[in-house]
Amino acid sequence: MLKFIIKRLLEAIPTLLALVTLSFFLMHFAPGSPFTSERGVPAAVLANLQAKYHMNESLMSQYFHYLWDLLHGNLGYSFRFTDFTINQLVAQSFPVSAEIGFWSFLVAVSVGVLCGVFAALRQNSLLDYGVMAFANIGMVLPNFVIAPLCILFFSIHYQWLPAGGWNGGAWPYLIMPVIAMSTSYIAQIARITRGSMIETMHSNFIRTARAKGLPKSHIIIRHALRPAMLPVVSYLGPAFVGIITGSVVVDQFFGTGGIGQHFVNGAINRDYSMVMGITILIGTLTILFNAIVDILYVFIDPKIRY
Amino acid sequence: MITSKDKVAAVEQFAEQVTEIEGRSLWQDARRRFFTNKAAVISLIILALIASLSIFGPLLSQWNYADIDWAALSDISTLGRPSIETGHYFGTDPLGRDIFVRTMQGGQISLMVGILGSFVAIVIGTLYGATSGYLGGRVDSVMMRILEILNSFPFMFFVIILMTVFGRNILLIFIAIGAVSWLDMARIVRGQTLSLKNKEYIEAAYACGVSSHKIILRHIVPNVLGVVIVYATLLVPNMILLESFISFLGLGVQEPMTSWGALISEGSPNMEIAVWQLAWPLAFLVVTLFCFNFLGDGLRDALDPKDR
Repeated sequence: MLKFIIKRLLEAIPTLLALVTLSFFLMHFAPGSPFTSERGVPAAVLANLQAKYHMNESLMSQYFHYLWDLLHGNLGYSFRFTDFTINQLVAQSFPVSAEIGFWSFLVAVSVGVLCGVFAALRQNSLLDYGVMAFANIGMVLPNFVIAPLCILFFSIHYQWLPAGGWNGGAWPYLIMPVIAMSTSYIAQIARITRGSMIETMHSNFIRTARAKGLPKSHIIIRHALRPAMLPVVSYLGPAFVGIITGSVVVDQFFGTGGIGQHFVNGAINRDYSMVMGITILIGTLTILFNAIVDILYVFIDPKIRY
Repeated sequence: MITSKDKVAAVEQFAEQVTEIEGRSLWQDARRRFFTNKAAVISLIILALIASLSIFGPLLSQWNYADIDWAALSDISTLGRPSIETGHYFGTDPLGRDIFVRTMQGGQISLMVGILGSFVAIVIGTLYGATSGYLGGRVDSVMMRILEILNSFPFMFFVIILMTVFGRNILLIFIAIGAVSWLDMARIVRGQTLSLKNKEYIEAAYACGVSSHKIILRHIVPNVLGVVIVYATLLVPNMILLESFISFLGLGVQEPMTSWGALISEGSPNMEIAVWQLAWPLAFLVVTLFCFNFLGDGLRDALDPKDR
């Protein structure tokens, strides 16, 4: 087991290097530059700007420059927010997204799994349709509709909750972002849980358990739930990374200042170092959580060995 | 000798009778089970209705999706209301264009992106995941690392590059969406394959000398089909939503063409003064997505080989 974990960690290094290389060159080969604008900048200013960001050097030298800085934990300066380093911007916005994401994840997993299990146990009944219809609300309403509807309902109509802002993550400011963030994940988790739970309930070992006369709750909790979670867990790994790295919609509607806005704006503004920084962050997290999922498989399904 | 001959005769006689009983294939069985699920059948009918309305609906109206009704333009919130007399059955948008025709035209785009995109994603994802999981070892490691690199690669950036290089083109949106959406599918199929490949029938096939790619195609893929189909019907609505998210960022289909997502993001700022601009496209989107979900459940129940 320990050998497997060490192996995964060692494998992460070339993976990350490949990711950095791929996104660096793709971004620099794309037409347009951070300094392209409607009103052109004087040539001398442009030359100074390019010199500041090493953009007058060859692409390879820029690439090694970037790698060297990266090795020292320096993600570079933002092309857009010129007074900030990327490290500062990430340190400022990531905790916000991570907090919203963490609560959204808890809500999504608990509600989603509960809905899926109950729907599966009463397959094709009114309860099944009702529970799945509820879970699917998040699936059929885009979050850029849910977010303004929440604001309209909770903030303007009833004035229960503040319409936006962050305020250090006080709970009234958290509720609406968590709703907007978790609804689509609830639907996905509920559907996957329902599908695999139905499949599990039809397998031989469940029939054996029933034939032995075990109580139903015992069969479900002790025997069915664990194998039924296998497809859910493989979904949760990447989903967790997606959920804690925020969403541009939530940041835009609720003004929470998370990391989601930086990413989309960075790509549109061609803010090279910003996109690179966030790509590296997401990449590291993805590799980490995929490794965790692979380790979890061993505990969930004893047939799997590494 | 005589008894054995008798037995052969008896077996032959029996075999003649057996051939008269028609065998039912897996797919016939699945079809029969599918049609007993009312919610799924109704969803299929509604989806067929929506698809044909999207294709033929514009013929029912005197307006074109790009036409501007100058008479309604002066006051959209009253003159642009849904009404039979003006011919705007669903009202008009802020530019005086007919929402009914635009919703139908948007439906064509959204449905096409959804179905084609998920088809590509399913084919790539299933084959990739099954191969990776079945072969295991070093091949699996390398294939999963490639997946991780692609998975953490900034998708929005990919879309923006495509849009700036090639212009806003619906085919490219579909390629971009399809190219990134098979990743989850591949991971889920791999997870299933890892536990399937220790099953006895796979071992039996291997012992018989069946080649790897035949085992994957004939034994692994049909057995993960249940999970694949549930995920695929999650994928169609996801594709439609993803396209609408791209439209929300202003990178979707080129005006005056539209999609449900583009209509919704145009309509939502006006929801307090001209609710029909949001309500009609949203209603079509919601009904379509619901139907795909119920259809997916029905297909899953029908295709599960254990569920007899």
